[in-house]
Amino acid sequence: MQKSNEKKEFHRSKKTKKEMLTQVLMRAPMCVWALLFILAPMVLLAFMSFMTKGPLGIIQYKFTTENYKDMADAVYATVIKQSLVVAGWTTLLTVLLGYPLANFIAKVKSKTSTILTVLLMLPLWVSGLVVLYSFVILLNNSGIINTVLLNLGIIGKPLQMLYNNFAVVAGMLYMFLPFAVLPMYSSIEKLDGGLIEASKDLGAGPVKTFMKVTLPLTSPGIFAAVILTFIPCIGYYMVTDMLGGGTNMMIGNLIYRQFTISRNWPFGAALSMVLALIILLMVFIYTKLGGDLDDLGA
Amino acid sequence: MSKPIVSIMNVEKWYGENHVVKNMNMNIAEGEFLTLLGPSGCGKTTTLRMISGFEMPTSGAIKVQGESVEKKEPYQRDVNTVFQNYALFPNMNVYDNVAYGLKVKKVPKDEIHERVTEALKMVQLEGFEKRRITQMSGGQKQRVAIARAIINRPKVLLLDEPLGALDLKLRKQMQIELKRLQKKLGITFVYVTHDQEEALTMSDRIAIINQGRIEQLDTPVEIYERPKTKFVANFIGETNLLDAVVLGMNGNTAEVATENGKALINVDPKKGVVVGDSIGISIRPENMMFDRKPVEGFNIKAVVKEQIFVGNLIKMILNLNDGTEIKINRFDEADLAAPGEVVYLYWEQKKGVVIKETKMVDTDSTRDIQGGDPDAEE
Repeated sequence: MQKSNEKKEFHRSKKTKKEMLTQVLMRAPMCVWALLFILAPMVLLAFMSFMTKGPLGIIQYKFTTENYKDMADAVYATVIKQSLVVAGWTTLLTVLLGYPLANFIAKVKSKTSTILTVLLMLPLWVSGLVVLYSFVILLNNSGIINTVLLNLGIIGKPLQMLYNNFAVVAGMLYMFLPFAVLPMYSSIEKLDGGLIEASKDLGAGPVKTFMKVTLPLTSPGIFAAVILTFIPCIGYYMVTDMLGGGTNMMIGNLIYRQFTISRNWPFGAALSMVLALIILLMVFIYTKLGGDLDDLGA
Repeated sequence: MSKPIVSIMNVEKWYGENHVVKNMNMNIAEGEFLTLLGPSGCGKTTTLRMISGFEMPTSGAIKVQGESVEKKEPYQRDVNTVFQNYALFPNMNVYDNVAYGLKVKKVPKDEIHERVTEALKMVQLEGFEKRRITQMSGGQKQRVAIARAIINRPKVLLLDEPLGALDLKLRKQMQIELKRLQKKLGITFVYVTHDQEEALTMSDRIAIINQGRIEQLDTPVEIYERPKTKFVANFIGETNLLDAVVLGMNGNTAEVATENGKALINVDPKKGVVVGDSIGISIRPENMMFDRKPVEGFNIKAVVKEQIFVGNLIKMILNLNDGTEIKINRFDEADLAAPGEVVYLYWEQKKGVVIKETKMVDTDSTRDIQGGDPDAEE
């Protein structure tokens, strides 16, 4: 122990000015980038959230906490609740559907699993707008699903599938499934098959083995999937706009409107800050539970 | 032999084109310490995994306590395994790892506590209950793995190179402890290793497996003193192997001709050796002797090449006319021959072992042992 410490100090003292300069130069671009595009906007947003809204959407530089107090209003509470419900359902379904898929991809031969991973990523190459319009065509009253069911005589009148929570959750599910499958795939793939054998050897059947060994050991992947679905979901406004029919507003939509239609930038900023805090809190819990930030793509 | 607890009957195992286990027959007696010994890739681990249920025989039957186990899943079999890389659950502490087998069987909490404490005491890990697996050393992990495997009181304990990852000193210590534990528990141990010394130290019987076949299944002494095949003679300990043709029989003594000269050797009449037979002769280095002039009945000349001092003995390496290398171990410094000297080899007739194999020169299989990487198992 002591020896290694000595060694470390020895190295530190040996570092020349030239080495220091190289290090600074190599780190500088990354620091400037982070400063300009991450830290500065966040500080600006935090600053703006304590300012006052002036007439015609002008920002008055006068300190206030009104923006945060306003959020207690029942209207906004409904929006927050709606956001949590939709994001919650989406996350739950994504993980429930994604886990078996991830498990399947992890268990097949490596060549097949590469092909499956590419197929999984394929929808991400298509514009989100195109994807959502396809959903409209699919779920419409005169859309593909309804037409088929009507012609088969299974239903008497078209099912109302568009412009409700079902459509929003379905759209979100489609959007976020790939992001959820990848971290779960990675943790299932890393799982030592010997542990499964050890469990069975000791008398645990497939269900018990799954509950006591597989699930706990792949939980970091599941939690990463939860975060990667829940967080973007809660702020994503495009799906709600197009498939929710404007009736189901989420925090993302609300923020979007503050900046574009209502022109209330300070309130929009305050909402963004709250959303950012919720996300930070979740990531914090994730790391506390032993999650690896690398699994989140950080 | 008492009633077998495990019977392996005509078992064959194919992996696609690979024939890994060939017509294997073996009875394992209750309470015995049986070792499956062989070079890497010989099928010993596969055999073990067929008993535990993680592999199915392509054909043939395996019985545990007289009952066929083909239809039983690993978790339904009355055998437990100590895995090569421990396979301890990283999400549980020592106590929970050991208690696992009892918990899944819904044993009452009090009894679990009692039995886990007992098992941990048996492997000398009292006080480590709350430790995380990641905080344990290799030797400690090994002990946890053993405690976890014996907690269910299995009829048979399967051990797959359990000491392979430990350093030499710890391995020797664990060998003795394992043997003691086995005697204390009275459980049948089936132990897989590629380390011949380990096998000789611990086993009641050893099955030497080569290329999917059992070459010899015997006690350590029998295997060392009377190897039945060239492979066994070579694999267990060091030996000098000579090919010979029987020229004449005089009672139990055979007069043979090797490629480098004549010799005499005792033959067990049960071997049915007759004049004209091609046989193999195995002489251990400690039994090989030399003299400055020919000894009666022997006429094998050798040139001394090297002398190596290795502490408790002196190793001599000699060359025969055709270049064959001969090893001699001497236990005292008196009467050594210097490098370059020509000597005549001989041995006490009863110390030589006659190996009767149909195909005598099987250099390929013997070379495999030396060349194979002992850690690359199947």
